[in-house]
Amino acid sequence: MFLAAIFLILAVVLTPKAATNFPFFLQIVIYGIADGAIFALIALGYTMVYGIIELINFAHGDIFTLGAFMSMPLISAFGLSEGQSSGVVVWLLLLVITVIVMVINGGVNVLIERVAYRPLRHAPRLAPLITAVGVSFILEGIMYVWRGASNVHYPDLLPDTRIPLIGSASLGVKDIIVIVTAIVLVVLLTIFIGGTRLGKAMRATAQDREAAQLMGIDINRTISATFFIGAVLAGAGGVIFGLYFNSVRFDLGFEAGLFAFTAAVFGGIGNLQGAALGGLFIGLVQAFATANFLPGGAAVSDIWVFMILIIVLVFRPTGLLGMQVPEK
Amino acid sequence: MALLEVETVDTYYGRVQALRGVSLTIDDGEIVTLIGSNGAGKTTTLRTISGLAHPARGHVRLRGLDIGGLAPDRVVMRGIGHAPEGRRVFARMSVRDNLFLGAYVRKDAAGIRSDEERVFGFFPRLRERRNQIAGTLSGGEQQMLAIGRALMSRPKLLLLDEPSLGLAPILVDTIFQVIKEINSQGTTILLIEQNAAKALQVANRGYVLETGRIVQEGSAKALLESPDVQRAYLGI
Ligand SMILES: Nc1ncnc2c1ncn2[C@@H]1O[C@H](COP(=O)(O)OP(=O)(O)O)[C@@H](O)[C@H]1O
Ligand SMILES: [Mg+2]
Repeated sequence: MFLAAIFLILAVVLTPKAATNFPFFLQIVIYGIADGAIFALIALGYTMVYGIIELINFAHGDIFTLGAFMSMPLISAFGLSEGQSSGVVVWLLLLVITVIVMVINGGVNVLIERVAYRPLRHAPRLAPLITAVGVSFILEGIMYVWRGASNVHYPDLLPDTRIPLIGSASLGVKDIIVIVTAIVLVVLLTIFIGGTRLGKAMRATAQDREAAQLMGIDINRTISATFFIGAVLAGAGGVIFGLYFNSVRFDLGFEAGLFAFTAAVFGGIGNLQGAALGGLFIGLVQAFATANFLPGGAAVSDIWVFMILIIVLVFRPTGLLGMQVPEK
Repeated sequence: MALLEVETVDTYYGRVQALRGVSLTIDDGEIVTLIGSNGAGKTTTLRTISGLAHPARGHVRLRGLDIGGLAPDRVVMRGIGHAPEGRRVFARMSVRDNLFLGAYVRKDAAGIRSDEERVFGFFPRLRERRNQIAGTLSGGEQQMLAIGRALMSRPKLLLLDEPSLGLAPILVDTIFQVIKEINSQGTTILLIEQNAAKALQVANRGYVLETGRIVQEGSAKALLESPDVQRAYLGI
């Protein structure tokens, strides 16, 4: 019901914009989807961690930034720099770099869980929550010391080629890469979670931890796997963010994390498809607001996103695709 | 050597003591029942055996090996299956995935498949609904699934916590039939029941638990004839 209302309001506000200058509108939609794809990759980790240990992992946005930061020295180490012709070798090296970043990022997150959250597993829920905020500060602090307080230029390695669409609208190779990467990762995740032994064990742990233990599932392992996969996705998101926007900063994850969290709540926290759709939705809303399509204009684009968060929490806490989770 | 020995076990929930010096033994091939009123500590006894709770004092031994401090997943690997109170099926997964997870500790694909068939043999309803999401099953079907799932690890000892609770009488009979059948195929069973009369009919031996203490034990026949048991649990 309320979702219908949100979509209706958006439709009413957006239709005239689309009618007056459709190519521009289309362009904004493309940006929104590319942005949203990155939010989706972050939101998946939020929603998975929440699903399995009911922790809102406030440090997750910084894990995303960490992915972007770690890829930069790797890019130099692999001898990639701006202005090279982007042949197959560059693509392959970027793929290798991304995979390395994903794995290291996953490892870091597993370590964080082990050190910071696992000892608090039986503590009141507020304790791990506050710890997550602390971990967020620590990660941002490390990246601040590492690369300073201002924007850091991220090497522009992808071609700026754009495919013309209608009128002035065009689809960039970068847009395609971001969107395709996100789709591939979401598909792989879905296959993994739905079809593999470990994936099923993770879902079982999320649904009923004690029952999962009675099946012989080592829940420490499934929880570690969840943190690993969440960080793998966020790490990939960090790399493609860098390649797309060519600028990163130590506190990037703060806002991106909040947006992704909003996306996860919007989609129904704990629900993977919901997080992916929620990411897209938040990306679009932000793009529309930034393009002055929504009342208030670019200056209040964040307000629009968080207003949606509040509306969802008030009227439909289970989100777009949320299941009726029995109160524990 | 006894299959399972619980020796003077104390178990706490925080500061609340739920078990006070509980001792019991189970031999290979038996059905043993644990009866007692609500809050007596029956569920806690099973949780202590399967590792969901840990004894503060005393020992739990499986064939002489102390398992009292092990995590539940380790206990399952050593051959104890537990169908917990309240069924606890994975509500958002299919019947088959639930059974698949029941066999999580095993690697023999062929054996797993034949055991799935065995479970479907006990509970044909589950075969009909094998692709259905467990949360949409009726209470009785969920109970069948919980028992079937616990069987999938091929346990030497099966712990059943009130398998007949809330079921229609005809289903209760089915469940008890299957319990006997499972036992006759070689699985030792520790059965908790509110329905003491029914439990004592299928069991070889029984223990009576009151406020965390074993107050009586004996053959099922002796307990059925005991005036105390009759008065307190059989409503005679
Ligand atoms: N999670 C818990 N926290 C605190 N006390 C509990 C908990 N579970 C059970 N108890 C207490 O432990 C005692 C034994 O409970 P239980 O083993 O569930 O009994 P039964 O299965 O025989 O009904 C009861 O007094 C009960 O109130
Ligand atoms: Mg009980």
